[in-house]
Amino acid sequence: MIHDMIAIVQDYWLLLLIGQYPNGPLGGLANTLILSALSIALAFPVSILMALARLSKWRLLRWPVTAVVYFTRGVPLLMLILWSYFLVPLWTGADVPSFVTMLTTLVIYQGAFMSEVVRAGIVSLGSGQMDAARALGHGYFGAMRYVILPQALYNMIPSIISTFVSTIKDTTLGYVINVPDLTFAANQVNNQLLTQPFQVFLLLAIVYYAICWSLTYVANRLERRIARRRAGVRVGNAAAPAPVTPKIATEQL
Amino acid sequence: MSGFDLSAILTNPEYISMLLHGIEMTFIIYAGSWLLAMSLAIVLLAIRLSTFRFGDPLVAAYVSYHRNVPTLVQLMLWYFGIFTLLPSGLSNWLSANNAEMIFAVIGLGLCQAAYFSEDLRSGVRSISPGQMEAARALGHSYVSAMRFVIMPQGVRNALPPLINHSTSLFKNSSLGVLIGAPELTHAVKEVENLSFRTFEIYLIATVLYLAASLVIMGIGAYISMRADPVGRARA
Repeated sequence: MIHDMIAIVQDYWLLLLIGQYPNGPLGGLANTLILSALSIALAFPVSILMALARLSKWRLLRWPVTAVVYFTRGVPLLMLILWSYFLVPLWTGADVPSFVTMLTTLVIYQGAFMSEVVRAGIVSLGSGQMDAARALGHGYFGAMRYVILPQALYNMIPSIISTFVSTIKDTTLGYVINVPDLTFAANQVNNQLLTQPFQVFLLLAIVYYAICWSLTYVANRLERRIARRRAGVRVGNAAAPAPVTPKIATEQL
Repeated sequence: MSGFDLSAILTNPEYISMLLHGIEMTFIIYAGSWLLAMSLAIVLLAIRLSTFRFGDPLVAAYVSYHRNVPTLVQLMLWYFGIFTLLPSGLSNWLSANNAEMIFAVIGLGLCQAAYFSEDLRSGVRSISPGQMEAARALGHSYVSAMRFVIMPQGVRNALPPLINHSTSLFKNSSLGVLIGAPELTHAVKEVENLSFRTFEIYLIATVLYLAASLVIMGIGAYISMRADPVGRARA
């Protein structure tokens, strides 16, 4: 069986890595990673704006964003993907590639989840930071830009990496609208071979495991280091205090 | 296709019965996988707490696999992969008995057990060792100390993540459609194909999912309120 899997890798590694790229759209593992990285990069500013709106004193800003966050938390991602698949071409009036549909969905979905992380990060700093910054003559935005967000976002780095891991796992759902990602490529391989579905999907699971495990490992290392630094202990000191970064369950998938 | 018209779906008995069947199947997948996950999680926790030497790394590997591989890939491995490796007698029986549903329950349940067992473990670990020593000193055996002293406190600590993950499990039950389980999302796609009223049927499905998620969160909040003596005193 291991021989079968090595043979699959030898025969199809290019398809699994970049899909049918020179002759068709970019796919495979490369597309999975690009899609996840792009969604995180776009969801990040969205999540900061949403967090600020949720902490705002104006109900007109706070309520709609709160509703969006609860909505995305209560509805399966699959349902949101189907909605985008239906609505995005309808609103833009163009033939949108499934990649863009998936990207839109992931930005909204992960933006909503990360906004909870950002919000917790800002709240956990305490109001004294804001008061002090305002007393020193910063305006609201100046205080946010130079005092609050740099601290909150630094403490959030591990959470952002675990959101990245969830996003990689979320991209598999693009399968339902035929986004050419790694899962899609594995299904193509399976359809060509027909006789070795177990080997193909085990290989697929191993690849995802390797990527997600390494990223989770990095996130845990960073989390410990940041916890130590926040406690004012030099890196490398044995007495590491418990992590104080806000523990928000990123969505599992 | 004319404008927005919910009644076109809600007054059609055929569509309604399809939706009801979908809701029933979604509920079966959810209840089945939740029970499987919770019982397995308790077994995994017991193995981790036992003195069995290889137990800890084995359970850690189990948890690591199920948390780092996408749930959809796990379901595909079960349904497209492991299904074909089974002896023909068993796979024939499964095919005749709604194999998609069975594999959706097994796949989701085994995956969720990893999350539940980690939640329970962190809950139990937060109980100080003095509690166990005190219980043993009072004459409890190990099992009875676990049953009456450690677990009641540990489970109470683990309630918030358990509720979160129970809600995620409900939302993940929609993944069953990708291996062909006839659950709610599947019924929605069918009604969409028959009626061409995409917007209306998606809206109905979204409301149903949202309502059920909120109910699960609400039940969770009620249980944590009842389980917390301080909160009960306040209320």
